[in-house]
Amino acid sequence: MKWKDVNKIINKIPLHLITILLLLVWIVPTLGVFITSFRPVELINTSGWWTFLSPQHSETERFTIDNYVDAIVGYRGGDSYLEACNSGEPPANFDCSISDLLNPRGMGSAFFNSLMITIPATILPILFAAFAGYAFAWLEFKGRYLLFAILVGLQVVPLQMTFVPILQIYANVGANGTFWGVWLFHTGFGMPYAIYLMRNFLSTLPKDLFESAYLDGASHWSAFWRLAIPLAMPAIASLVIFQFLWVWNDLLVALVFLGGTKPVLTYQIANMVSSLGAGWHLLTAAAFISMLLPMILFFALQRYFVRGMLAGAVKG
Amino acid sequence: MSRPASTQVMKQGKLAPWLYLLPALLVMTFFIVYPMFNTIYLSFRNQDNTASAATSCNEGEPCWGVFENYRYALTGEIDTSTISNFWQTFWSSSYGNTLKWIIIMVSGTVVLGLLIAVLVDRVPYEPLAKSLIFMPMAISFVGAGVIWKFMYNYNAGRNQIGLLNAVITGLGGDPVAFLSNTSMNNIMLIIVGVWMWTGFSMTILSSALKSVPGELLEASRIDGANEFQVFFRIMLPIIMPTVVVVVTTMVINVLKLFDIVYVMTGGNFETEVIATRMYTEMYANFRTGRGTAIAVILIIAIFPFIILNVKRFMAQEASR
Repeated sequence: MKWKDVNKIINKIPLHLITILLLLVWIVPTLGVFITSFRPVELINTSGWWTFLSPQHSETERFTIDNYVDAIVGYRGGDSYLEACNSGEPPANFDCSISDLLNPRGMGSAFFNSLMITIPATILPILFAAFAGYAFAWLEFKGRYLLFAILVGLQVVPLQMTFVPILQIYANVGANGTFWGVWLFHTGFGMPYAIYLMRNFLSTLPKDLFESAYLDGASHWSAFWRLAIPLAMPAIASLVIFQFLWVWNDLLVALVFLGGTKPVLTYQIANMVSSLGAGWHLLTAAAFISMLLPMILFFALQRYFVRGMLAGAVKG
Repeated sequence: MSRPASTQVMKQGKLAPWLYLLPALLVMTFFIVYPMFNTIYLSFRNQDNTASAATSCNEGEPCWGVFENYRYALTGEIDTSTISNFWQTFWSSSYGNTLKWIIIMVSGTVVLGLLIAVLVDRVPYEPLAKSLIFMPMAISFVGAGVIWKFMYNYNAGRNQIGLLNAVITGLGGDPVAFLSNTSMNNIMLIIVGVWMWTGFSMTILSSALKSVPGELLEASRIDGANEFQVFFRIMLPIIMPTVVVVVTTMVINVLKLFDIVYVMTGGNFETEVIATRMYTEMYANFRTGRGTAIAVILIIAIFPFIILNVKRFMAQEASR
């Protein structure tokens, strides 16, 4: 190797150092929670998680899945759920059978509730937005521009502006504490951004494609389902991941409209933070249960998430 | 044969577009437009919406008539007796805190985002690095709250399980109760926000940086410019429009921010921000008049950004 090459490498060392330092700073907090969630509670409260590999304790004492089990079934006793069941007497409110996985106080049930909320609240807005986006992109009607401009403005309205009136209406029709109430609310709020994205993407599709379809006698309806939707898959994928993450991670809407009747993951965790204090073994496990799905989705579909974010943000 | 300029070759009924728009329009009108106006209306009423706000005035205290809820929202946390009292109480009020959030979080995410974008552009493991920085955006604010509460954990003793305090005591200092110490707890919360959102600004700014023409940079380097000059004199001015977009988006997000504060401190220890205060008034105190007044103040603060967004949209359309 020439000296020139060695020089180049040496010059890059500060760059790599700073970059890796930044990366470490970014990962360490999450890593701490991840490692802690596998440690037994006695160790958590007496030693820092960074000592998790220390030879002070034997292999079997260092790690455990008890925290996850306790979090999923919602067990908050002093020992662990598995120990309590093995001792013969099932603890209060538990059966020590497989049905405990869906105990309403546990994260298992909350995971299910989160799914129940998120999936429809993702499909509905995208469906509506696809229709509206197509109309804005390819149909002529009076007020098209003005309406779309209003839509752009609506993207920014904060949730807080709308709680009180909607709560009152929901209370009158008995929709409080129901899944439908939350689905519709998320649909309404997801609309402006979703329509914006769909319309922008659909209008970049080549004109000739649609024109030749119309010439061949296609109606708007079939052009929509046979042409626009399949071609708009990248935009739809972006929207799916965006909306899914948004609803899954939401706390405020679930807090206000659903509350404790059908607690979702975020709600349960928020509760545990305020009421448990020193229960880090449960908190860390619960936090990771709620983070697992979004992280998997995120890493798998990162490309689409980024694309959705960049739409309309970067000039040129 | 020349084609007409319009995209419409096919006959369509006057009704067709509206049918496509109907579900979206219905849902948006019901869930965004109508509640917005109703909220504004409620802010001028008393706490159970049985009479005008003017009736909730107290004897012997200043009263703003129908704006009584606004008087409470704007001055309830602030002591206007002397200038120094005003200054102090302003900065520990929800308005002062929100301002701190805006200034620190927006500049933090943008500066860090830019820095990281520039750095990772020059390393071979760029995609991995960007994924890692971006990852916190996938988790909920609640999850982030747990992660950082754990980092900030405080034990009044020798045994520290929170990483930050362990480092401090390891270096010989006394542990710090980060979240209840009013002189620094806001900053500690804002750090969580920056941790989460830097990935957002990094992604957008990185994309903008990559679109700066390579020849321009090469030419300036050949002319003898060092890296700092290249960045500040060439790259930054070119991506300035994108920086503005990131800044406005971040300001809007910060103004609406609720979860981090709610989960980590509940708004206690002088960490209240506008969104948490609204929540407290509404759901802890059940005072709809006051809660909605705070919400209206929030929308007034956001309003300039609505205008900016719409203007930007119109400019983009014009150049299509």
